[in-house]
Amino acid sequence: MEQPQPPFRILPRVNERNRHFWTGGERGELCFLRCRSCGTYIHPPTPICPSDHAKDLAPEAVSGRATIASFTINHQPWMPGPELPYVVAIVEIEEDPTVRLTTNIVGCKPSEVYVGMPVEVVFERHGDAEGDVWIPLFRPRGNGK
Amino acid sequence: MSDVYILGTDMIKFGRFPDKNVADLGAEAALLALDDAGVSIQDIEALWCGNLMEAGAMVGQRILQQIGQTGIPVVNCANACATGATAFRDAWLSIKAGVYDLVLAVGVEQMGKGLLGGPGGRSGIPKEGLLGSGTMPAVFAEAGMEHARKYGTTFAQFAKVSVKNHHHSTMNPKAMYQLETPLEMVMNAEMISYPNTKLMCSVNVDGAAAAVLASEKKAKELGLKRAVRVRASVLTSDPFTERDLVMPDVNTCTRNAAKKAYEMAGVGPEDVNLVELHDCFATAEILHYENLGLCKDGEAGRMIDEGEVALGGRVPVNCSGGLLSKGHPLGATGIANIYEVSTHLRGEAGKRQVEGARIGLTHVIGLGSACAIHVLEKVS
Ligand SMILES: [Zn+2]
Repeated sequence: MEQPQPPFRILPRVNERNRHFWTGGERGELCFLRCRSCGTYIHPPTPICPSDHAKDLAPEAVSGRATIASFTINHQPWMPGPELPYVVAIVEIEEDPTVRLTTNIVGCKPSEVYVGMPVEVVFERHGDAEGDVWIPLFRPRGNGK
Repeated sequence: MSDVYILGTDMIKFGRFPDKNVADLGAEAALLALDDAGVSIQDIEALWCGNLMEAGAMVGQRILQQIGQTGIPVVNCANACATGATAFRDAWLSIKAGVYDLVLAVGVEQMGKGLLGGPGGRSGIPKEGLLGSGTMPAVFAEAGMEHARKYGTTFAQFAKVSVKNHHHSTMNPKAMYQLETPLEMVMNAEMISYPNTKLMCSVNVDGAAAAVLASEKKAKELGLKRAVRVRASVLTSDPFTERDLVMPDVNTCTRNAAKKAYEMAGVGPEDVNLVELHDCFATAEILHYENLGLCKDGEAGRMIDEGEVALGGRVPVNCSGGLLSKGHPLGATGIANIYEVSTHLRGEAGKRQVEGARIGLTHVIGLGSACAIHVLEKVS
């Protein structure tokens, strides 16, 4: 099946510290840095654990399931991006609801989105001269209820 | 009042890091300095962060987001090329005032390539070449030519500064460049603003440096073995002088700061074993030998000719390679100078070590103007 052309986005710059997050989608995996000493998931990536200041951190894949904690529907073209209107949401990942991710909700009408909605990750692949990135977006999970 | 000590200090290798941001670089230097001091971010009571280009963007707080949000007070400060030294000095002041016992100062900058202080926007009488110049190469070239008129300083003498500092940087793995630049190469490089060729202008690079400062009580508790005592910390701005009111005066505020710093430290220029001074351009270094009292007025040309300011000479200047070769990330420069001098006082400078160094001086000047001088002393 022909993939629809993804909307224009300003792409993140990938570096050694955030590579797991922006390219985990190549394997279909949503990855976060995790502290080996206290188990805290860390997002965005930092050089030391913000909880116990340990330095032994490594990326780890999570299930990709999450719940919408908050959202807004943007109606203004502030910058080039998805078609208007679009949903900007904060989702909490299933493994640890204190890990929150700001993202877009796709795969449903903006008017169908609600707080508490179960969602799952879906990756939007983009590429330019600096290489490919897989942007994690979320879509309704199950029947959306 | 008790003394203030540097317990740990370090810098990242200067270079260009387009895939990192200013907070990444500052966090790296901060972690290095904390490790060097043997303390953790939980021990730090306050942070001063010097950064110029993103002065409105809460760089200090962004650094703590990376290395530990402990809720401590953060001050972001900007003071032209004296930005890093001002952050260090205000950290010093907080301990002097008895408010804190252990604080962190970070200086960080991410630079573009190219010219500093361009002609700027359109307003009133066009200034460039008519009322003066707003470009840094022209300001410091003109100041050098004034020295040449008074004392006969030559193009070759100015160029030798760059030869010396590039040579020093071949022994500094944290410098941007490690390249010898013979005299002919310096003099034949592209002319930027006579008498400064391209190799006589400081290098725009990204960089970060940091220092952990402690009260006497805290320093004794944590161990004085590698500590460095801050003997003087001085900051000045321009006094009124009856001279050219358009072109900045690059000398007077350094002279005033030097006088105060020697008084505060209770030492004279003859007691200083090494100096890291603000060689933003080769001409500037020549002027500052005299401004800092390292020689009498008119003797700076002789000093460079006779090797008195080279490693092994009477008072080595810019053993790090200086801004000319180590690089000049504006907000980081002041603390990087303090790192360099501290490293010599600790006897840890490797191939470029100034033997037996006990007292060192750091100097930066930001046009506008702000001059900061620190006098540092070996403890044990
Ligand atoms: Zn942890």
